Amino acid sequence: MSTALSGATIDTTGPVSPQGRRPGRAKRTTPRNTLTGGAGLGLGITMLWFSLLVLLPLSAIVARAAAGGWDSYLDVLRNDQTWAAVLLTVRSAAIVTLINIVMGTVIAWVLVRDRFPGKAILNVIIDVPFALPTIVAGLVLLALYGPNSPLGLNWAFTETSVLLAFAFVTLPFIVRTVQPVLEELDADVEEAAASLGASRLTIFRRIILPSLFPAIIAGATLSFARAISEFGSLVLLSGSRPFETEVASVRILSFIENGSYATAAALASVLLAVALAVIVVLDIVQRRVARRG
Amino acid sequence: MVEVSTPTRWALRLLAVGYVFFLVAWPTGLLAFRTFEEGTANLLDTLREPDVQAALQLTGKVALLAVLINLLFGVTISILLVRYEFPGKRLLSALIDLPLSVSPVVVGLALVLVYNSRDGWFGPTLEENSVQVIFSTPGLVMATTFVALPLVIREIVPVLTEIGDDQEQAARSLGASAPQTFWRITLPSIKWAVVYGVVLATARSVGEFGAVKVVSNNISGKTQTATLMVEEKYQNFAQDQAYAIAFLLVLVSIACLVTVALLRPKTEE
Repeated sequence: MSTALSGATIDTTGPVSPQGRRPGRAKRTTPRNTLTGGAGLGLGITMLWFSLLVLLPLSAIVARAAAGGWDSYLDVLRNDQTWAAVLLTVRSAAIVTLINIVMGTVIAWVLVRDRFPGKAILNVIIDVPFALPTIVAGLVLLALYGPNSPLGLNWAFTETSVLLAFAFVTLPFIVRTVQPVLEELDADVEEAAASLGASRLTIFRRIILPSLFPAIIAGATLSFARAISEFGSLVLLSGSRPFETEVASVRILSFIENGSYATAAALASVLLAVALAVIVVLDIVQRRVARRG
Repeated sequence: MVEVSTPTRWALRLLAVGYVFFLVAWPTGLLAFRTFEEGTANLLDTLREPDVQAALQLTGKVALLAVLINLLFGVTISILLVRYEFPGKRLLSALIDLPLSVSPVVVGLALVLVYNSRDGWFGPTLEENSVQVIFSTPGLVMATTFVALPLVIREIVPVLTEIGDDQEQAARSLGASAPQTFWRITLPSIKWAVVYGVVLATARSVGEFGAVKVVSNNISGKTQTATLMVEEKYQNFAQDQAYAIAFLLVLVSIACLVTVALLRPKTEE
């Protein structure tokens, strides 16, 4: 399983110091430093590259967005077309995340607890949306849900197409976060509950679901973030019609193509804030899980 | 383990398989079908076009460079994160994941703001030294490297944490130099993690679209990658050709998936 492709892992075995505690928590004022000369140089070069590639460019977005002041920042968001795009993006991402919470958990359940021929293939197909180039994902969905559809339905250029694209690209997130947790789940507790007379539904609601909860939250967060930022799969599929099927990242692209970088940066900083919020939520969930385990 | 009743099991099974079939399997299969609807001639003719060959070559070149850079950077930073303590380590570890949740368009815009030759932070200076980043190959490589950055690291870090540093310390105490320890002890034990990371990064790099679209001016033969060409061909009503190139990209990504799926269980046992 390529959970890494998704980033959909709760890594309880994250980097910890040899002593088994996270640095900077016990001794917040003086973090330990065990860098030797060579490693220090390595860190310096890596940080320089990381700054040039990631940190400086992302700060440039914030700087450019802030350059016009608060008023011009709000003006960007107050634009009707932009606001419609943001609303559509958030609404569709929320709907798809809810679908994923149900379907992702069901698929993970079937992959772990059920046994049938072809299960291994199902397991590999789950990862296809991650590996497929997003532009190809749009083309693939057009083949079945666009004009000339063998199903006779044409969802291209409708709001449904946005949901479809989001659902496609975010399919693996919750499956891949819930699956490993479900595999590790202790069957003894379930059997104890059953022997004490708990019904299957009660066992699921009171025992299984609470253990899956952190994984579902982590997966839902990742899937929401991915949906909010999706671009490639919508280009061919949704037609990007203003007020109807235009999402936030498509709006940013049209700002860039018109050369209005400041406006693009303002809207981009909103998406960036969502991305940062996701990282914070995941970090909190990870630490909760690590503390409990 | 508590068994669910047979009807419930069948219902769940059907629901899961049906959802995946309609959302992923059938559409992807249909793409392959459309590519070969009129035989293999379409695919072969498309491949013979010079601009298609140029786009595929460019994608190959950009992906190769991006993967090599991420390999070097990924191994270094994983070792630093797991084996050393330094101020700001936790922040760095969290920031590494940022590229996974940032929109590709935002990635492209970020690079444009810093490196465009008109009013970028570094762009004009680089332009004076006749280095063009945006609308040129370096920009494509940077955008691709950015989006695939965490993949190698996410594979190596857990493995490196799990194997511990006992063997490395033993080697060092017996007089091995740092490079010797790396090549003889550390690298062999993280070999598979590195391979997975590289395969996943390759899949991501070959398929990148959004970030590349922003930093490229889409000139055929110069800055048009395979994914950009799929878009252009489709919008110019050359749908057969779009399907053919898309089919090649699907082959690459499925090959990457199958490689990982086949390799992984062997080493986990």
